[in-house]
Amino acid sequence: MQASDRFNINSQLEHLQAKYVGTGHADQGRFEWAVNINRDSYASYIGRHPMLAYIAIAENESIGRERYNFMQKMLLPCGPPPEKDED
Amino acid sequence: MFLYSLTLHRATGVVCAAIGSFIGGKSQEIVVASGKSLELLRPDDSGKVVTLHSVEVFGAIRSLVPFRLTGSQKDYLAVGSDSGRLVILEYSKERNCFDKVHQETFGKSGCRRIVPGQFLAVDPKGRALMIAACEKQKLVYVLNRDTVARLTISSPLEAHKSYTITYSITGVDCGFDNPVFAAIELDYSEADRDPTGQAAAEAQKHLTFYELDLGLNHVSRKWSEPIDNGANMLVSVPGGGDGPSGVLVCAENFIIYRNQDHPEVRAVIPRRTDLPEERGVLIVSAATHRQKSMFFFLLQTEYGDVFKVTLEHEGDRVSELKIKYFDTFPVTSAMCVLKAGYLFSASEFGNHALYQFRAIGDGDDVESSSASLMETDEGFQPVFFQPRGLRNLALIDQIESMMPIMDMRVVNLFEEETPQIFTLCGRGPRSTVRILRPGLAINEMAVSQLPGVASAVWTVKKNVNDEFDAYMVVSFPNATLVLSIGETVEEVSDSKFLDTTPSLAVALLGEDSLMQVHPNGIRHIREDGRVNEWRTPGKKTIVKVGSNQLQVVIALSGGELIYFDMDMMGQLMEADKHEMPGDVACLAIAPVPEGRRRSRFLAVGSYDNTIRILSLDPDDGMQVLSVQSVSSPPESLLFLEVKASTGGEDGADHPASLFLNAGLQNGVLFRTVVDMLTGQLSDTRSRFLGLRAPKLFSCMVRGRQAMLCLSSRPWLGYIHQGHFLLTPLSYETLEYAASFSSDQCAEGIVAVAKDQLRVFTIERLGETFNESAIPLRYTPRRFVFLPKRKHLAIIESDKGAFTAEEREALRKECMDAAGVGENGNTGAMENGGEDGEERDEPMTDEQFGYPKAESDKWVSCIRILDPRSRETTCLLELQDNEAAFSICTVNFHDKDNHGTLLAVGTGKGLNFFPKRTVEAGFIHIYKFVDEGRSLELLHKTQVDDVPLALCQFQGRLLAGIGSVLRLYDLGKRKLLRKCENKLFPRTIVSIHTYRDRIYVGDVQESFHYCKYRRDENQLFIFADDTVPRWLTAAHHIDFDTMAGADKFGNIYFARLPQDTSDEIEEDPTGGRIKWEQGKLNGAPNKVEEIVQFHVGDVVSCLQKASLIPGGGDSIIFGTVMGSLGALLAFTSREDVDFFSHLEMHMRQEFPPLCGRDHMAFRSAYFPVKDVIDGDLCEQFPTLPLDMQRKIADELDRTPGEILKKLEDIRNKII
Repeated sequence: MQASDRFNINSQLEHLQAKYVGTGHADQGRFEWAVNINRDSYASYIGRHPMLAYIAIAENESIGRERYNFMQKMLLPCGPPPEKDED
Repeated sequence: MFLYSLTLHRATGVVCAAIGSFIGGKSQEIVVASGKSLELLRPDDSGKVVTLHSVEVFGAIRSLVPFRLTGSQKDYLAVGSDSGRLVILEYSKERNCFDKVHQETFGKSGCRRIVPGQFLAVDPKGRALMIAACEKQKLVYVLNRDTVARLTISSPLEAHKSYTITYSITGVDCGFDNPVFAAIELDYSEADRDPTGQAAAEAQKHLTFYELDLGLNHVSRKWSEPIDNGANMLVSVPGGGDGPSGVLVCAENFIIYRNQDHPEVRAVIPRRTDLPEERGVLIVSAATHRQKSMFFFLLQTEYGDVFKVTLEHEGDRVSELKIKYFDTFPVTSAMCVLKAGYLFSASEFGNHALYQFRAIGDGDDVESSSASLMETDEGFQPVFFQPRGLRNLALIDQIESMMPIMDMRVVNLFEEETPQIFTLCGRGPRSTVRILRPGLAINEMAVSQLPGVASAVWTVKKNVNDEFDAYMVVSFPNATLVLSIGETVEEVSDSKFLDTTPSLAVALLGEDSLMQVHPNGIRHIREDGRVNEWRTPGKKTIVKVGSNQLQVVIALSGGELIYFDMDMMGQLMEADKHEMPGDVACLAIAPVPEGRRRSRFLAVGSYDNTIRILSLDPDDGMQVLSVQSVSSPPESLLFLEVKASTGGEDGADHPASLFLNAGLQNGVLFRTVVDMLTGQLSDTRSRFLGLRAPKLFSCMVRGRQAMLCLSSRPWLGYIHQGHFLLTPLSYETLEYAASFSSDQCAEGIVAVAKDQLRVFTIERLGETFNESAIPLRYTPRRFVFLPKRKHLAIIESDKGAFTAEEREALRKECMDAAGVGENGNTGAMENGGEDGEERDEPMTDEQFGYPKAESDKWVSCIRILDPRSRETTCLLELQDNEAAFSICTVNFHDKDNHGTLLAVGTGKGLNFFPKRTVEAGFIHIYKFVDEGRSLELLHKTQVDDVPLALCQFQGRLLAGIGSVLRLYDLGKRKLLRKCENKLFPRTIVSIHTYRDRIYVGDVQESFHYCKYRRDENQLFIFADDTVPRWLTAAHHIDFDTMAGADKFGNIYFARLPQDTSDEIEEDPTGGRIKWEQGKLNGAPNKVEEIVQFHVGDVVSCLQKASLIPGGGDSIIFGTVMGSLGALLAFTSREDVDFFSHLEMHMRQEFPPLCGRDHMAFRSAYFPVKDVIDGDLCEQFPTLPLDMQRKIADELDRTPGEILKKLEDIRNKII
């Protein structure tokens, strides 16, 4: 293996995918993509207090409850995954 | 266009808080992260919360934990933020600031799902720290100290677990065994792969203990057990010798004690009786109280009820867990119990509070216990309780918080000198309209009537070492009144002051003698009662006096100056004379410098528009040292000495300096620096204060000399956290003032205004605005200003609440139930509780919140409020589950007989989950009756979606109904559709109009510029934005420009390029716009975003306004976290260059405290464009002096010039 192989695009991507959850890949499906986007969004809402407050006002819930709801939604943000094709 | 951004009012909403002794020693302080700033608070002896320090960190603070190394007396603070770094801070008392002790980078910046920062936990013995992300990553740092007792931090140890969501972490107290951290975790890997959904349904939360092996320097998963699936929070239980160790797991409806090798101990959280069955009870904040012999927890639910949780234990075996109702107060985001017996509650929305403990919940209240837990077929048997007034706590102080600002309008409704800011704040029953005026709040202590119109007032001490003033002397045009200050203030006649003549000055001379200057002479009253009288020669009278502790200079009519000096014997001796060219307008002597016999400088103001500095040195013979010409004759002069200081309670380093202040007759305050050696004047600044010539008085503020300026309104000049601030006081016009210090009031001010004597203190120093609040019923949504009657029309709506009638019925039911139970208690209530027994305060919705209804129920009202009388003249509660969302006034062009009408857009049965649905939308048209004080419904028109935006346009009504923009005319029974455009992408949330252009804001797709062609009766979209913007606020700037804010916290300006704009305007037939098609369903033209700025907070309202009389406009914005900011357009290129360079240097030399890169923060979503961050520039005075000088050198200026620039630009805004 040549030294330059370490820097080629595929190994870099693999490295990124291992390191950063949610990095896309060539065979990624629609569902997987949506799940990642949703989880990222929920994590971003949880981390940003003004955003939580904004949503809490709209729903008339406490901020603590909103935070909990978002965490709960991270489990299954887009419903169950689609059936996989056999081939 | 370049803008200067400045926060006018710092965010007051609290994200998280921590308690510890950060100063060191016995005292306890609270650190709160409010918005983007970190504040250090402490309740003072009288139970008022004071802010010791506040610093903007330019980043989102997400978690705070205090920790202490064993044996140390001082706590450190660990901060988890969005910077991808762990920052450990230490508070430095000497310099009054937080010092960054460590900054460890571990990941990317931003609030990402796998970058730690969301959760922080620390080992109770301060040996290790865990920082975790929402998912996967957890890092453990080992804390230690080196040989010189400095804190050291190890490189991180990983405790990652993939596909795992973390809900909460905490450090388990296990004495000096290896540190253990507990976490609530949920593994989702199965759920992601199982298409049947069964795995997701069976997903189980686990409580996992991570052990840090200090010997091996390794973290391992020690123990993992399934726990209740509703678990959301962990609270550490004291261990070692103090308790059983382990954790409390707070779950929906339950609190569970868990520890390794210990059976779970579970108890239900009592429920409010009126809570709907399907709703759970979730704990949202917790505080632990520990004493040597006992400990308990206070846990607050999402409805505001606080429970005291205690554990019955023997050694480390817990036998019973008890949850007892404690008290109810508004829902908090953090609570802190102080050892001094206070509870600090940082409210999620609205004012924060400090409570004092009156009891610790030993009374009889509803209690649920693990011993009496009943399990039935339907689950665990609930325990019910009825909330009651505060019994264990007593409210002693409140910190005002405007969070959230829902809407705002700057308008000079009361016709005062400066406009007022009307803000809609708060949520639910704690909603308010707050009227803000730039200025400091004052607290009036006493107002007393005088026998006539007074001209002046002084206070004097009898001895220089006295703490309090002895006499208050009031001068009238022909007499002098002497009052003694003691327990009460009363007139005395044995003071030896001459009372048959007016006075010109009264002061303490030397150590213990008093001086009274009257037009005919100087009366010197010695401590032993001897009186020396100096009389003016001939027919001349004294016109002006200047004095300090040891020197007196008088000006006689005609312009002769006579200088007296106090000799070693305490005699006042004539020392020198000087003839001025004309009459003297005013005089001032600088205070005697420490360790000197006399001050060298006398300032004399003349009617020839000059101020001269004369030397009082015996060798100089009153020679003129420097001359300064000013724009108008000076009326009053004051030397203000700033003592050299290095920090302290408030302030950064300061060299000693002397300022000469002059109040000019044209209302300008003129400030200049006096060189301490030569007496040369330099660095002049001036500011217009009001219509009258400012009179200047020295007073004390927080132990430092400050300046009171009395113009058409009073102003206070004082030093706050290193800045010299000149702020108006929210008080009426005063004539003359003096500082006042007595037993009851340590730092007050006494003033005369006409024939009244007023004593007051100045409150909440450092704040820009003074608020007065008017309560509202529900969460305010929007309001309009009715210019004719100067009223406000406000719409308020709340989701998931009962209407007023239903609430009343519920309350009656409750009362009846309670009355039966407590044997005639209702009778006592009606009589006002005269029976003397301890009775609970009546239930106020502000304290308890509204009872929860089903989530698709709405309540709403329309209110007409007269802000002058603070009276609601009309309140219409909407029926039938309707809620109001938009409001505007409209004059229909052909229906003059109605005059101005009020249009309100409502939605019926709006529901957000699982999908946004609405039964119907309506536009109500109301007519003003009863001289505009009341409303009468003309008619209501059903539409197919909620009208979220309404606007008048060419005598018609424009409504944004879902994605449709529609133009209505007024009919007899209904609104009549005239024209519509259905091509908007999502939902219209804002409409602004100017001439024939319509600027439409879409909830998700930014602005769309439209044109209405009257002859063809058609609406065209001719331009839109290229960026998807989730619009939360919009404001029209000019013909081509709109300002907008998106929900991610960015402010931007969108402008249609000039040539495109011209082309569109020059198209006479409109055929071009009509047939031109954009690509990919967009509009043919695109607006450009010319300004980008990340505020870091959801901006809810924007307005172009000026806050000072005669000042230029700036964009004022309000945010959800309760802050107000301004964006001011620069007027010169030089200023832009100067401030952008200053900003650049500040970024390099003084990176933000929590480790977020400043530039990256301001560019969090879009690269910052053409906005200079004033908040960063204003941190310049807090830099160390050498750094200030270094930056100033790079900018080819002096630090003083930079400070002046900063002051100037601030003065342009407010």
